[in-house]
Amino acid sequence: MGSAAGKNYINEFAGLKSWFTSLDHKRIAILYMISVLTFFLVGGIMALLIRAELFSPGGQFLTGDSYNQVLTYHGAIMVFMVIIPGIPAIFGNFFLPLHIGAKDVAFPRLNLASWYVFMFGAALAVSTMFTSKIDTGWTFYTPYSIKTGTAVVTMVLAAFVMGMSSILTGLNFIVTTHKLRAPGMTMGRIPLFVWAIYSTAILQVLATPILGITLLLLAAERIFGVGIFDPALGGDPVLFQHFFWFYSHPAVYIMILPAMGIISELITTYSKKTIFGYTAIAYSSIGIAAVSFFVWGHHMYVSGQSEVAGVIFSFLTMLVGVPTAIKMFNWLATLYKGSITFDSPMLYALGFMFLFAIGGVTGIMLATLGLDVHFHDTYFVVAHFHYVMVGGTLMALVGAFYYWWPKMFGKMFSETYARLSFVFIFVGFNVTFFPQFVLGAMGMPRRYFDYIAPYESLNKISTVGSWLIGIGFFIVLFNLIHSLLKGAKAPDNPWGSKTLEWTVQSPPTHHNFDHDPVVTAGPYEYR
Amino acid sequence: MGQNHNHDHFVIPFKTLMNVCLWLCFYTVLTVVTAKVPVIHHALGPLAPLVAFGIAAAKAYLVMAHFMGLKYDTKSNRIIFASGFAFLGLLFIIVFIDIFTRVLQTNTL
Amino acid sequence: MSTDNHVTTAGKHHHAHHFKDAWHEFISAKEGIWLFMVTEILMFGGLFVGYFIYHMKYPEMFAEGASFLDWRMGAFNTFVLIGSSLTMALGIHYIQVGKNKAASWALITTLACGAIFMVVKYFEYTHKIHLGLLPGKFFAYPEAVSQNLAMYFGFYFCMTGLHGTHVLIGMALITWVLIRNMRGEFDSHYFTPVEGVGIFWHIVDLIWIFLFPLLYLVG
Repeated sequence: MGSAAGKNYINEFAGLKSWFTSLDHKRIAILYMISVLTFFLVGGIMALLIRAELFSPGGQFLTGDSYNQVLTYHGAIMVFMVIIPGIPAIFGNFFLPLHIGAKDVAFPRLNLASWYVFMFGAALAVSTMFTSKIDTGWTFYTPYSIKTGTAVVTMVLAAFVMGMSSILTGLNFIVTTHKLRAPGMTMGRIPLFVWAIYSTAILQVLATPILGITLLLLAAERIFGVGIFDPALGGDPVLFQHFFWFYSHPAVYIMILPAMGIISELITTYSKKTIFGYTAIAYSSIGIAAVSFFVWGHHMYVSGQSEVAGVIFSFLTMLVGVPTAIKMFNWLATLYKGSITFDSPMLYALGFMFLFAIGGVTGIMLATLGLDVHFHDTYFVVAHFHYVMVGGTLMALVGAFYYWWPKMFGKMFSETYARLSFVFIFVGFNVTFFPQFVLGAMGMPRRYFDYIAPYESLNKISTVGSWLIGIGFFIVLFNLIHSLLKGAKAPDNPWGSKTLEWTVQSPPTHHNFDHDPVVTAGPYEYR
Repeated sequence: MGQNHNHDHFVIPFKTLMNVCLWLCFYTVLTVVTAKVPVIHHALGPLAPLVAFGIAAAKAYLVMAHFMGLKYDTKSNRIIFASGFAFLGLLFIIVFIDIFTRVLQTNTL
Repeated sequence: MSTDNHVTTAGKHHHAHHFKDAWHEFISAKEGIWLFMVTEILMFGGLFVGYFIYHMKYPEMFAEGASFLDWRMGAFNTFVLIGSSLTMALGIHYIQVGKNKAASWALITTLACGAIFMVVKYFEYTHKIHLGLLPGKFFAYPEAVSQNLAMYFGFYFCMTGLHGTHVLIGMALITWVLIRNMRGEFDSHYFTPVEGVGIFWHIVDLIWIFLFPLLYLVG
């Protein structure tokens, strides 16, 4: 099995140039992996700086202005350069073709171009850290984003460019899913990870262009004073928020849907049981993608938006909890009477379910108009979105790394350190962010570098938690790097999973499959 | 070598393309006349913008169906292209609802 | 070879290895092209939504702004773009029936139409700049009746500017496929890049079909 003995996609072509000009989706995935993880490190350092500053009231080592800059970069880097591209660009790129029995994505040259476009945008964004650092928050709200003397135009252009990369990736994945499935691989037989990536891709194509025009309009507003968002000229700053969130709400589902796809894979593999409710989970992915377009105004309840609109958005937002809950119940049902093993990827999956439940339920609390009037712009919101984005997406991302690492690199990592990393991350995460729910309910505002004395003890606990998370992620990094250098050789299928990528060698060959697989059953035929 | 007659590129006939071009020119003249001839424009009154939009929509249909070839293309491509307009409509409708249901709050103190 | 309205697939273009055959590659490329066009519609559409909202809020101001636009130049440009769409579609038609030389002329005509459009645009812009009818903070027309007339010209320049940029990009793309056609890279079996560029060019026409009445014929 496999091409010439010992050949795989890593060693078949040598030299850096072969990596930077590769059209192989697996190599492009690795390029994304290295860049995204580097940006994650930068964004993570920003996070540690934020928490360090908030350890005590009053300025510690940051001025108010610098604090605003740090929190803006933390948000912008994490959103645009880590979590939105993250799972689709790394694991979608690597495994979508393998999952559907294809040799590559539909447009390999476009795939490589997407990475270069992404890196160009990222370079623009990072450049602003060395010119005049932006301080608007990652949401660029007007009128401050128009008035502030910082590098907003460069940054929004950077985000525009990265948005283009996202669109091209999404476009590629949609056509791949439609047109490159192996014989017998009907849409009813694709793995749930593919359903997740596919739904995400639809969002990437439909939502991102609106971000594009919003950012262009913001740039025009700054350069020409067009007036569209400026009340002095009859414009409306809330219109900016409408345009911005019309993309950015679907964007958060771009962040979570792929993670849910991973959880489906992990839960079924480590329960050795066919996933419960395949159809329900598949359709709920599409359902979440669709409903995500209708709810954006829940970010704007107290912005000046009309109450009528607020009520409509509140109602619609409640609806989006339904397909999400469907997934949770189906995963639970899969676990029931399964042969569960607690390998490290499974720990992360179970951690996801617990943390995402909290994140999701607090989301429903925020969706409730009356409650949000109290919670808006407090730490309650900060805690909510970190529970879903870190407790959700990031847990799934690490779980995916552990799950798929043996396949991608042909090496096994230390299970002991993997479990240890889980303990640090899971405990550290809750220590960091649970107190923030309480702080928010007590009224502590977000994006403030100072606070009054009653908030101090919970802030200290939260900061200590951030150090635990940091340690946890460093353990993950060292564990995985160490495995590359000294890890045991990985078998083709260390977890006994049933999806197509485990039928080929670890690491896969350049062409993935020697012959088109012919599919005669669903992806989870355990028992 | 492919005897499968599904693998055929449809060629849009020359006559169809010319016809569409003529209709587009006609509609352009029509929209200018309904907007710029004072008698007609006043007769239309508040319907004038709707008529203008309707004519533009008719022209857009001709371009999409025949020049862009959507009429001869697959249903899935038609759905894909239509989805863009659908989501645009959604953005417009809800922003419209917000802006035109705002109640000016004066200070209650 | 062609019978009635169909041509069969075969020929010298080699399809990429992960596709089953040239037809599979073609329909996949078509779907990708349409997905990209959706993003163009959405991006421009966002501008149109902004325009509609403010037009409804400030109808007199928009009517005043429109009065500075010469509807004859707008109408002329509309005919120019319609003609260019025709010649673009003809370019593809000619390649499909094996008349590559005619196709080159059709593409060249399309380019010429695009250039004419941009020349007219140039005259329109210079006229407005001369009068001080500029967007936002550069607005300097002393006899404005509406207080916020600057906003109209903000929309005018953003919408026509973004559209004009796409005209230029389209012309560059047409030049690219024109050169490839003259090199003999396209035939009745393979012309996908021309098809894609054509669809892009029709989007440019489509946007203008709405821009013309909205900007020039209002009020």
